[in-house]
Amino acid sequence: MDQQTQEQIAKTLLKDVSDIDGVPQAAYNIRENSTCAGRMSTETIKIESKTDKSGIDIIVAPGTVQDKVYIPALVTCSGVHDLVYNDFYIGENADVTIIAGCGVNTDGCDGSEHNGIHRFFLKPGAKVLYIEKHIGMGDGSGKRVINPETYVEMEEGSTMEMDTTQIKGVDSTKRTCTGIVGPDCTLIVKEKIMTHGQQSAETSFKVDLNGENSSCTLSSRSVARGHSHQRFLSEINGNAKCAGHSECDAIIMDHGVVSAIPRITANHLDAALIHEAAIGKIAGDQIIKLRTFGLTEKEAESKIIDGFMR
Amino acid sequence: MLELKNISFEVEDEKEILKNINLKIDTGKFIVITGPNGGGKSTLARVIAGIQKPTEGQIFFEGQDITHADITQRAQMGISFAFQQPVRFKGLTVFDLISTAAGRDLNQTEACKYLSEVGLCARDYINRELNASLSGGEIKRIEIASVLARGTKLSIFDEPEAGIDLWSFKNLIDVFKKMYAAINGTIIIISHQERILKIADEIIVLADGNIISHGCRDEILPRLLSGTDKVDFCPYQKLED
Repeated sequence: MDQQTQEQIAKTLLKDVSDIDGVPQAAYNIRENSTCAGRMSTETIKIESKTDKSGIDIIVAPGTVQDKVYIPALVTCSGVHDLVYNDFYIGENADVTIIAGCGVNTDGCDGSEHNGIHRFFLKPGAKVLYIEKHIGMGDGSGKRVINPETYVEMEEGSTMEMDTTQIKGVDSTKRTCTGIVGPDCTLIVKEKIMTHGQQSAETSFKVDLNGENSSCTLSSRSVARGHSHQRFLSEINGNAKCAGHSECDAIIMDHGVVSAIPRITANHLDAALIHEAAIGKIAGDQIIKLRTFGLTEKEAESKIIDGFMR
Repeated sequence: MLELKNISFEVEDEKEILKNINLKIDTGKFIVITGPNGGGKSTLARVIAGIQKPTEGQIFFEGQDITHADITQRAQMGISFAFQQPVRFKGLTVFDLISTAAGRDLNQTEACKYLSEVGLCARDYINRELNASLSGGEIKRIEIASVLARGTKLSIFDEPEAGIDLWSFKNLIDVFKKMYAAINGTIIIISHQERILKIADEIIVLADGNIISHGCRDEILPRLLSGTDKVDFCPYQKLED
């Protein structure tokens, strides 16, 4: 692949995973094929390379007001096996949006993969919105694999929302997310995932609600098409007076298979935990309704899926 | 504009739901179909919209034989249908539904106009998801608004009053009156409500799969209210089919 094509692929992936067009006007670190392709720290957000392994430390100063940091990772060709450790230290009362995301392109028969291990340490009162998009592209037959791992430790009164989306092109993914939630903290994890063909996706959430008045919501919305398989495991342990809610909503099409496996454990009398799961094909009535507006069956189906995955 | 010739609908191992229905509806009329529960009213409406296929007979719309046209084709020809129990969609918003119904990219103001007409404070609803958080009455009005947005030659409403409280129901009558004046099309409403019967041009009484009366309001309504038509009919009943 010539350099120009590679640059174009990198540009497309970057735009798709993090909406970056050109150079972001905020702190950023762009990782391309296991190396750093660009970095900028700001007064409030410092990005430093790790000295003991591949990856970076992102340090957000206490009291940071509504700032952003971009940390996309790109794999633009076949045969790359990337492993990265990124640690986020969020200062007291800092409010930050982290735009992560990963794009993997394969152009040959060799597979490529990105394994990202993100750890978050939130000081009291910190507020984080973490947005992550995953896509796979390219004409190569090599498998595109993304395995994200997140670990969150939350101190008193902090909140974290993680929005993750994987819509197309990733052949295999294993996501694990662990949360240690302190007093008066709120953790929200929202996952959207669509799989096609022979793809497989497994999600495993594990949250310990350790602090009084802590809460978490784990939600997964997914569509499994073709012969794809999905597995959603969610574990919530209520170890104090807390509220936990886990939900899995899945549409199956063609020969898609989805399993939802909840495990909620109340280790405290005032722990209130709920799990909801609904798996099924698109309701016939929904198709009929949209057809009475003049849509064809196919158009109705894609309208329903687009809305569901939005 | 609409003609049903010898329409029958049968379900295997069950009784015949529609028995040889012959019906002609003229352009621009406001028709109410009434009758006892289980008499075949909803089935008739669904047969017209193409949701159910008749086992026998023919349907003509504006002179064209639409017996074999499917739901989509009939919708594109100008038939709209409001469900008795509106469908909910996770993820789709009220705005999505109204613009899909209108068949073009509406702006928020246009979409809000339709919601206001059915008595919903548009600002509060336009971005809401069409999920279980909407009450039965709310989603019912949104359903009616979606038919308003389509503004087709023929609009069919299957028991629009079901699930709507009496207080709101009074306003609903005005919605239908206004709609009738505005869309310049034919309206067919399935209803048990005297107030709706009172604004009809024509009333059709369907019982046990047969049309037992069809005529102008002034002829049919007094008979219904006095009980001379021997059907188990009460204009105040509000049960589902």
